[in-house]
Amino acid sequence: MARFEGTKSFVATDDLKVAVNAAVALQRPLLIKGEPGTGKTVLAQEVANALGKPLISWHIKSTTKAQQGLYEYDAVSRLRDSQLGDARVHDIGNYIIHGKLWDAFEAEDAPVLLIDEIDKADIEFPNDLLLELDRMEFFVYETRQTIKAKQRPVIIITSNNEKELPDAFLRRCFFHYIKFPDRETMERIVEVHYPGMKSLLLREALTAFYELRELPGLKKRPSTSEFLDWLKLLMAEDIGPEVLKEKSAAKLIPPLHGALLKNEQDVHLFERLAFLHRRGG
Amino acid sequence: MFIGFFLALRAAGVKASLREFLTLQEAMQAGLGDYDLDTFYFLSRATLVKDEKFIDKFDKVFAECFKGVLASKPEAAPGVEIQPLPEEWLKMLAEKNLTDEEKAEIEAMGGFEKLMETLRNRLEEQKGRHEGGSKWIGTAGTSPFGAHGYNPERVRIGQDKGRQRSAVKVWDRREFRNLAADVEIGTRNMKLALRRLRRFAREGAAEELDLPGTIGSTARNAGFLDLKMVPERHNAVKLLLLLDIGGSMDDHIALSEQLFSAAKGEFKHLVHLYFHNCPYETLWKDARFRSADAMATEDVLHTYDRSWKLIFIGDAAMSPYELLQPGGGISSWNTQSGQDWLRRMILAFPKSVWINPVAEKHWNYTQTTKIIREMMENRMYGLTLEGLDAAMHRLMH
Repeated sequence: MARFEGTKSFVATDDLKVAVNAAVALQRPLLIKGEPGTGKTVLAQEVANALGKPLISWHIKSTTKAQQGLYEYDAVSRLRDSQLGDARVHDIGNYIIHGKLWDAFEAEDAPVLLIDEIDKADIEFPNDLLLELDRMEFFVYETRQTIKAKQRPVIIITSNNEKELPDAFLRRCFFHYIKFPDRETMERIVEVHYPGMKSLLLREALTAFYELRELPGLKKRPSTSEFLDWLKLLMAEDIGPEVLKEKSAAKLIPPLHGALLKNEQDVHLFERLAFLHRRGG
Repeated sequence: MFIGFFLALRAAGVKASLREFLTLQEAMQAGLGDYDLDTFYFLSRATLVKDEKFIDKFDKVFAECFKGVLASKPEAAPGVEIQPLPEEWLKMLAEKNLTDEEKAEIEAMGGFEKLMETLRNRLEEQKGRHEGGSKWIGTAGTSPFGAHGYNPERVRIGQDKGRQRSAVKVWDRREFRNLAADVEIGTRNMKLALRRLRRFAREGAAEELDLPGTIGSTARNAGFLDLKMVPERHNAVKLLLLLDIGGSMDDHIALSEQLFSAAKGEFKHLVHLYFHNCPYETLWKDARFRSADAMATEDVLHTYDRSWKLIFIGDAAMSPYELLQPGGGISSWNTQSGQDWLRRMILAFPKSVWINPVAEKHWNYTQTTKIIREMMENRMYGLTLEGLDAAMHRLMH
């Protein structure tokens, strides 16, 4: 069995690797939680790449039903066809639309199945999938057939904590919480995305970034992906490390802060701080 | 294997089930544990812990159960069967991570055990400094993630290989402490708490026509009309929020306001009013207590009906006469005591809770807190994730 060791474009910490490999080896779903922007969704793509498997993504919305992942019976088409006298109408199988789970189960090469943001759905959603994820099979009532996974897919589930997931569901998963990367991990992440970046600029940017995240009262703290965007901007605008280092009142707000602060209240908070700082200094 | 560890986890309140324990056994048998304590730690965490709020508890139990393994003193961890690995493992670790001078220094300090102990003490000191220290912008970065944070001069561990995270005893650093459910809410887990409010915001069902369902079911029904109804999805909860901004609340006011100003988007019907220490005949729409913003409590009682849910946010701490005596109010002369007003409000809104930002263990030391808690029939909850959860549950049932 191939092991997941991170990829060229994704830095995996040791605890993440252990969790992924455990889920792959024991063929159980892996539940991933963590702050937004820490790479939960990207992980599935990277695991698929690393293991050389295809990826099937199922993005969950508040209106998504568990049944839609299995199959749907398109009764309206059938009704219309029957009125038009279409011969297809006699075979109910023509109106069964395969869901993502079906696709994943039927695939010859066991794919990686991503169930993205499972907490967006109705509270009953995870419970409705318990048996299907456990046994990797389900029954199609309309055609009286059982769909069974040819090979158990690797299932990665992400959650943003909007709803609690039921215990019975959790018991069947491995769990990993991606915590916000520390400075060293962040340096490795930056190296992956912008190899050979000027180390002085990076160091100042990291300091400014972590200080900003530590600021009490911030409504939305910038994430890894926002930090990477900001670095890109800094490089594009050719802003030097000395600008970031400058701690005078006018420069209290980091340059190009629009990439980091996405909330006008947060920007406002900074402006007020800058004002106080000017007055105090 | 590890039955003692499993039982200790359950005793500490980590909700690990037998099924998960068996999964761990299976994983160990499949060779995923790798006979390396770090890997075992990660593996057992991924298997037995299913919510980040339990990771801190898990870390504590792990440290307790396996401190014997690390110090190679088997009798220190009763009930845990210990693998005979620590000696070599530690030596290997030292080989890998320490320079010769450092090794000599370790010997001088009294060997590896001593070093580990020193390291742990240093980490504790470090933690203390962070909490006490200023986190204000512009000061020297005191980020707990900073590399120098775990790099007490002499004990450099795996620095050059960037493996510091896994070098020694991740669990002892307790990085997930902030996520534990019973600590008070900080900005970090404010969002989590809000999401808990949303759960009850989604309830409050009404019935509306389910158009796709009706079409589908009519089609299935060979064209006979079959009406389907679904519960209404949008939020029907009506919330009346009374916030104390009396002097003793200064420490907590930012927290409580932040929490509910963010909740504002969630609730279509949210009214918030302010009071000073104790609600009397007047409440204010604005925290500046201007008379233009005043609203008679009488009017509040008549404007909002029983279907509104009432949440007090306050420390319930004041001088007894402010609560019990007419005229005891500090901002104006009240002809009825605060207790009377409070009683009327509790009666007017059967669904009411009091959320107290002061830690629960201190409640009994304040007379008025005790009185109000009794008046609320124990519906007083701490401003922690657990407290909020319980309060919201109480409001819904």
